[in-house]
Amino acid sequence: MDILLSLGQGFLVALEPMNLFWCFVGVFLGTAVGVMPGLGPAATIAMLLPLTFQMPPTSALIMLAGIYYGAKYGGSTTAILLNVPGESASVVTCLDGYQMARKGRAGAALGIAAISSFVAGTVGVIGLMLLAPPLAKMALSFSSPEYFALMVLGLAMVVLLAGESMVKALLAMLVGLWIAGMGIDLFSDTSRFTFGLSELLDGVDFVIVAIGVFALGEVLGNMERRGEGTLLPVPKGLRNLLPTMAELKACRFAFLNGSVIGFLIGVLPGAGSTIASFISYGIEKAVSKHPEKFGTGVPEGVAAPEGANNSETGGALVPLLTLGIPGSGTTAILLAAFVLWGLRPGPLMIQDNPQLFWGLVASMYVGNVMLLVLNLPLIPLFAQILKLREFVLYPVIFGISVVGVYAVSNSLFDCGLLAAFGLLGYLMQRLKFPSAPLILGLVLGDAMERALRQSLMMSQGDLSILVSRPIAAGMLIVAAVLLLMPLFRRLNSWRVKAIEENG
Amino acid sequence: MSAASGQGLLAKGDLWAGAALAALGGFVVNEARQWEYMTAEGPGPGFFPLWYGIAMVVLSLLLIVSTLRRPRLAAGHAKTDWAGIGRALLCWAAFALSVLLLKWLGLLLSLALLTLFIAKVMYGKPLMISLATAAGNAGGFYLVFHLALGVELPVGLLGF
Repeated sequence: MDILLSLGQGFLVALEPMNLFWCFVGVFLGTAVGVMPGLGPAATIAMLLPLTFQMPPTSALIMLAGIYYGAKYGGSTTAILLNVPGESASVVTCLDGYQMARKGRAGAALGIAAISSFVAGTVGVIGLMLLAPPLAKMALSFSSPEYFALMVLGLAMVVLLAGESMVKALLAMLVGLWIAGMGIDLFSDTSRFTFGLSELLDGVDFVIVAIGVFALGEVLGNMERRGEGTLLPVPKGLRNLLPTMAELKACRFAFLNGSVIGFLIGVLPGAGSTIASFISYGIEKAVSKHPEKFGTGVPEGVAAPEGANNSETGGALVPLLTLGIPGSGTTAILLAAFVLWGLRPGPLMIQDNPQLFWGLVASMYVGNVMLLVLNLPLIPLFAQILKLREFVLYPVIFGISVVGVYAVSNSLFDCGLLAAFGLLGYLMQRLKFPSAPLILGLVLGDAMERALRQSLMMSQGDLSILVSRPIAAGMLIVAAVLLLMPLFRRLNSWRVKAIEENG
Repeated sequence: MSAASGQGLLAKGDLWAGAALAALGGFVVNEARQWEYMTAEGPGPGFFPLWYGIAMVVLSLLLIVSTLRRPRLAAGHAKTDWAGIGRALLCWAAFALSVLLLKWLGLLLSLALLTLFIAKVMYGKPLMISLATAAGNAGGFYLVFHLALGVELPVGLLGF
């Protein structure tokens, strides 16, 4: 009952004309960047974040969240029409979506993607609404050791799932911690890693690193791969975008599967929408009466991954809003946005800022409806974005990046740092170092060091405080198991190889 | 160039990255040792960096060792796209130069020059189209960010 009352108040906030407008701007921009291959929601939010400083925090967060989930709607368009995923989570959608388009069912594929995104997006928000308050209540009992353990666990999961090499993911995270440590120490007046530069005394602003690594790194990577796909024709007219009853019937389980899997995986830090879409596609194929047809253009093959991709957003906001722990690069940027406005996501967030929390939740319901209403008729328009030339688009991204960084501090030194982090982002991409652990290390670095040092102050330097409290110990054990798992796997493969060679 | 060389490039890159990160880790440890490790109240400013610095050195060495132990692939088909890498780095250099020029030229002129370079040199567009894109981009930024949003843009010696 309390939840419904709070949600009602949230709708009052979300339905204010100004917030409706920013919600629309967010989902529209999100869809547009989702359509553009190579420019993801993380880069867009990072670039636009400094420009939202003059907005009321609730409106700004409603818009940024709109970009986040709107991008997921847009990502399917390129996957279906061009066989190029607009973002990594849409890779699976290419398998059946593009095949449907080649068979002349592009409209139905786009329609199913939009409907599935709507259903799953709504389920994700319901999950967020139901799960966040009790989780926040539980987290109220957490103290510094539990928070430190929680951050270690979050980082461990991100590192485990970040890429092919766990060593590279760990190194990226450590570099993030190092950058976070630059500037004046939290507890003393010692300046650390400033290289004698007064510009570094306040540390490196998160926005500079996020824009450099995500936006510039992505553009430079795209510059290297100068490939052009063949855009399949987009059917005109709403009727041609609606799937048939038979197709919708075939997708019944896929809608549910995508919604539930996406939400559950979203709650886990690090797993992310890419993994969610792959798993839901796998489940859909496993339970299908005709698994052999997957990959040839079946509607379930579009509905399941697209649903999971969208439902994951609601799940990913659970740990962010209730524990203050982001699980991905994009949610890390959202966390930074909260901090910049003087808000601290965590167990007290719902209690202290009910208008913001419930307004955000309600805006996501509204945004999902907007996306469905907007997307079906506007798909042909969004597809035109794909015709936008790179030589026009990339300088615009460079320009927005500089404006975004300059808006934070009015410092040309920071613009120089932006160039440096752009190169770092490109090199990381080139050498297959994942960027999410770096961003998470950077965002959590200060909080993690503070929690660790406060814990040790509580125990007069005795490290056993981290393992003598059951919740903290449990989380640290899980983190250790996660990080050691690949080692056990490798030891086992050596063991098996040795047995085979000897036998 | 073969897949082996493509993988070779990644392996070489991993070795260089490992070496650079080991050096960074060493630097972090060295710096951290100059700060207090433990104070009367609890851990000092050197406590946390010392440990992640050590972790950085260990993991970097692990990356180097695992790269050296990795079996080399037999010759295959994929090639290292040196031209692509060159394009990306050239574009970055142009961007870095435009950032350096911000102090003297301001954002609008720097951005116009960068756009001109990307359109004309990197994408081989005709001069008139490149010039029009550059002017349109700079004008658009002035209209949207300066006039409409009131965002302060870096200004140069000419006052814009």
